[in-house]
Amino acid sequence: MSYTVRKFDAVIVGAGGAGLRAAIQLSEAGFKTAVLTKVFPTRSHTVAAQGGVAASLGNSEEDHWHWHMYDTVKGSDWLGDQDAIEFMCRKANEVVVELEHYGMPFDRLDNGKIYQRPFGGHMSNFGEKPVRRSCAAADRTGHAMLHAMYQRNVKVNTQFFVEWQALDLVRDADGDVLGVTAMDMETGEIVVFHAKATIFATGGSGRIYYSSTNAFINTGDGLGMAARAGIPLEDMEFWQFHPTGVAGAGVLITEGVRGEGGILRNSAGERFMERYAPNAKDLASRDVVSRAMTTEINEGRGCGPNKDFVLLDITHLPPETIMKRLPGIHEIGIQFAGVDCLKEPLPVVPTCHYQMGGIPTNYLGQVVVPKGGNPSEPVLGFYAAGECACASVHGANRLGTNSLLDLLVFGKSAGETAVNDLRNTVKAHKPLATESIERALARVDRLNNQKDGADVHETRLAMQRTMQKHAGVFRFKDMLAEGVTRINEIAGQVAQTQIKDKSKVFNTARIEALELDNLIEVAKATIVSANARTESRGAHVRDDAVDTPETPDGRDDKNWLKHTLWYRDGNRLDYKPVQMKPMTVDTIELKKRAY
Amino acid sequence: MDEERQARINRLKWHCRRALLELDLVFDRFWERYEGSLDEQGEAVLGALLELEDHELWALVSGRETTADPRQAAMIERLREVSPAANF
Repeated sequence: MSYTVRKFDAVIVGAGGAGLRAAIQLSEAGFKTAVLTKVFPTRSHTVAAQGGVAASLGNSEEDHWHWHMYDTVKGSDWLGDQDAIEFMCRKANEVVVELEHYGMPFDRLDNGKIYQRPFGGHMSNFGEKPVRRSCAAADRTGHAMLHAMYQRNVKVNTQFFVEWQALDLVRDADGDVLGVTAMDMETGEIVVFHAKATIFATGGSGRIYYSSTNAFINTGDGLGMAARAGIPLEDMEFWQFHPTGVAGAGVLITEGVRGEGGILRNSAGERFMERYAPNAKDLASRDVVSRAMTTEINEGRGCGPNKDFVLLDITHLPPETIMKRLPGIHEIGIQFAGVDCLKEPLPVVPTCHYQMGGIPTNYLGQVVVPKGGNPSEPVLGFYAAGECACASVHGANRLGTNSLLDLLVFGKSAGETAVNDLRNTVKAHKPLATESIERALARVDRLNNQKDGADVHETRLAMQRTMQKHAGVFRFKDMLAEGVTRINEIAGQVAQTQIKDKSKVFNTARIEALELDNLIEVAKATIVSANARTESRGAHVRDDAVDTPETPDGRDDKNWLKHTLWYRDGNRLDYKPVQMKPMTVDTIELKKRAY
Repeated sequence: MDEERQARINRLKWHCRRALLELDLVFDRFWERYEGSLDEQGEAVLGALLELEDHELWALVSGRETTADPRQAAMIERLREVSPAANF
């Protein structure tokens, strides 16, 4: 199989928020920058982000980055690195104001300043009372942000390669990253993008789960490529779930439905939340509701032929209330559940929403790996930002509106670090490492020539169902162990997928098979890491992690206050310490996470 | 199916990969039902709709907005169909 080589100063994979922000930095500095993207930039999943972006501007009331930092550390259940968290919270105002200058249409106060709204978990004075910290553009914050940054990139001559699938990293014998091998979907042509700086901004991987709010493009391409190149994946056991996604579809049913009086019921029609949370009932926190739903399903009280969902009932509410206060829910029920929610309850399950783990990075956006006794040695030429990266600012759970902040701060930071490296240290292209290019080509060749192999769609479905059942929102020791075995078996089938369509032009079957190669790495990393971590922390909740005075809510700081590193080679696990020391302020000391 | 049509359909299918899950699901269902019967005019109408921003497209598909173009409206109806129309 042949390929051509194109040289750039920098190549960025992914054109969502993080990729676009990094590209601005490099192009503005005058470096020749290529951005590869599977879909047109403004169709990246960042568009789906509605909530806003956190910044302690204090436009409506007093606020401070230190309070934001406290909320983030607490949200992370103390697994977040406090240096990176301080860095992010201190940089928030700067990146939001920059975005405003790029033309982002933020909602405004009468005095012209950016309007800020309250959001769950945002508190003033170290957890004392709610504060208005989220900056938004109506319910289209992500969409507006992408447009503003795309326009800026066009202005500074970033070169976009739209509808290109990145295949694999180019990494030489020294471990340095020299670019990526990629395929033009239009022609099937393979090109090596030879670069002095390679930035991954490929987003999340939520499609490893059967029920996911993530769009189909979220297939963990960056994580798969990194894992195949020998880079570990960090803290992959931590996934944020939303309690109410439409069963079988994943589309999110807003918490407002329960706020307006919606009731969760099991197969017997019982309002089961009364048993789990006698006071708050259906309005208990996300974690509590998700766990209760999973227990009902696991104990055989789920609904439907497979007893694998529960019901969200709003049939007792006046139709005019539903249509007025919950616009869109009626249509979602009809479109994705085949249910008229005015007359029948909606089938719902806890649904995967956001990936806290990813490619290990530091606050400079450099990818870091253990080497020579240093747990966080930068990989030369390699950077990552956004949901695909683990800085780690979200730790074991993410604070609302910190996802958009993460991609702005670390997109910029990765771009800035790359600019500094290009100016000061990496002035010439290193010779290409043909071995890693050959490996990428062999993967495509294998797929083109596979006979009597596994069906891509069926294999992906088997992986998604296994992950949902064995490593969902509430985890059980035996189920996790069984799940590891099952996912390893499915990985064997992924290595033998077969496609019938061998055409070159826009061969979507081939793309989906290549995406599955990436998804399975994420699935393995998730379930192996989750199986090993025998405590409960943040979004990783295990039935067998006991609540004791030493391990409150099952959190075991003595043994598990550490980051997981999963290596593809042999499914090996390693660990590294959490950075408890911030950059300038005192450590936010461990305590029980309670709201 | 001839190669040229297959390439056109594949391109359209890829352009149905969207930022919003809601649209991914709607298009998945659409292709299952209509891949065999989509004619060249239908391809053109769908192609034009796919140029829209995701939020605009979802507003049409979810019935919050309407379009004055009768051919687009007919395509939107097909995208909205929960069960396939008997005689299409």
